[in-house]
Amino acid sequence: MARMATTRRVAISTATAWLFGFLIFFPILWMGLASFKTELEAFAVPPSFLFFHWTTENYATVQERSDYLHHAINSIIIAGGSTLIALLIAIPAAWSMAFSPTKRTKDILLWMLSTKMMPPVGVLVPIYLIYKSFGLLDSRIGLVFILCLGNLPIVIWMLFTYFKEIPRDILEAARMDGATIGRELVYVLTPMAIPGLASTLLLNLILAWNEAFWTLNLSTSSAAPLTTFIASYSSPEGLFWAKLSAASTLAIAPILVLGWFSQKQLVRGLTFGAVK
Amino acid sequence: MATRQTQFLARSLLTPAVGLLFIWMIVPLALTIYFSTLHYSLLDPGSESFVGLENFRYFLTDPAFLASLQNTLVLVGSVLALTILLGIPLALLMDQPVIGRNFVRLMVIAPFFVMPTVSALVWKNLLMHPVSGLFAWLASLFGLTPIDWFNDVPLFAVILIVTWQWLPFATLILLTALQSLDEEQKEAAEMDGASAVSTFIYITLPHLARPITVVILIETIFLLTVFAEIFVTTGGGPGLQTTNIAFLIYSQALIQFDVGSASAGGLVAVVIANIVAFFLVRIVGRNLEA
Repeated sequence: MARMATTRRVAISTATAWLFGFLIFFPILWMGLASFKTELEAFAVPPSFLFFHWTTENYATVQERSDYLHHAINSIIIAGGSTLIALLIAIPAAWSMAFSPTKRTKDILLWMLSTKMMPPVGVLVPIYLIYKSFGLLDSRIGLVFILCLGNLPIVIWMLFTYFKEIPRDILEAARMDGATIGRELVYVLTPMAIPGLASTLLLNLILAWNEAFWTLNLSTSSAAPLTTFIASYSSPEGLFWAKLSAASTLAIAPILVLGWFSQKQLVRGLTFGAVK
Repeated sequence: MATRQTQFLARSLLTPAVGLLFIWMIVPLALTIYFSTLHYSLLDPGSESFVGLENFRYFLTDPAFLASLQNTLVLVGSVLALTILLGIPLALLMDQPVIGRNFVRLMVIAPFFVMPTVSALVWKNLLMHPVSGLFAWLASLFGLTPIDWFNDVPLFAVILIVTWQWLPFATLILLTALQSLDEEQKEAAEMDGASAVSTFIYITLPHLARPITVVILIETIFLLTVFAEIFVTTGGGPGLQTTNIAFLIYSQALIQFDVGSASAGGLVAVVIANIVAFFLVRIVGRNLEA
């Protein structure tokens, strides 16, 4: 009897969970389907769910007409570049705070966190004017730089929480054995830090890839990443749903895959370790 | 234990990060403060003059400011309420024994990884379009008049889109917290004959208090500056109906080219965000001790 009740309970919770999961995922699925329709079918009422004329021509058109690849490369350079530079600056800082903490370490960490809370719109005007006078508007370097600074606090925080977990005894042992700081870093610390580094890299790639305040405001065409490129479909003359869907599917697919790998780190990275 | 040498090394490793963040924080902010005291229009270059607090008076008494402040509060408040009220049952559901839980989790978390411009345009066109959108078709199936989302209830439409983007975040954090809840405690309560409802009220909910606070604070920081979703769907309209503070400042700066007034607005936004940040930093800081 008790077993029956449990089976029923599992069946009910499974069905409900799948239903809600499907509903939440549905807009993405619907977009994916629309990307394989013709423009007429994408716009048709009543809509067809599966039995339409499947075509991949939208994907080809998106590349031909709007040079999708150019914007994808911009996205890769901007997200990748800003993340790598942020890591280069953050690794020594986080290492130093995790292994040689001082009285002020906590204050410094919290101060770094607080810089992330400054609303970007509060400094939009000066950044825009500075970029204008240095010719950085619509340049990849300019975007790399600003996204790097914007995400630096999160990168430092995440690395700090990971480095903190590396047992200190091992370091002490290495020091006792006469390892220099350089050797300690290469042979002891790095192998143990790699999982943390990888998750930090992943989460920040995602955040930078999807960043849509600075990219929309500081880029228009030649440096425009996918966020800005997709936004160009919002103009009334560009109402091509199937093509919008194809471009969007391409833009989110890689990051969706990366994102699914980094769920656990997402919680940690975005709550600054406040929820584990 | 730490020698003077390692201390020196530690400090020099830390300096670049601290220095960069310091410059990043202080230079633009100082410029914003400076610009906010000027009459400075990009349409009329060379005519900059000191006007004291005139820009603040202008910005704060501008009817657009009150409207956008109200929109900001409604947007932030509604999305917070919706993501938490929907996130709690969803997290509880996913904490149940569910076959294929990992796959369900992938579906639930997915919207968070979709870039804002894509979510906004897909919702606006494929789902909410008054004639060809899926919602219009669903409404007609039930014999209802389709809603013209972005004309009749524009702010609500934006709220729905942003809620869809942030529901996964709230759910994931609440789920993570639920999974760290001591099973024995719940079992003991069940043995003692506690009903599911009272277990939820007296054990689960108190356990969720802190993650809920964290969700509220972090979401607030991001929701205060919702921009892309408005930029690609309504452009702040119709009228000012979907203009929030972030969008108002943007339009003053980059559409009307009024640098002085936009800077004053920027400072107002910084002050509002700082009030929230104050509480978040305190909570995180308390956690750092442990």
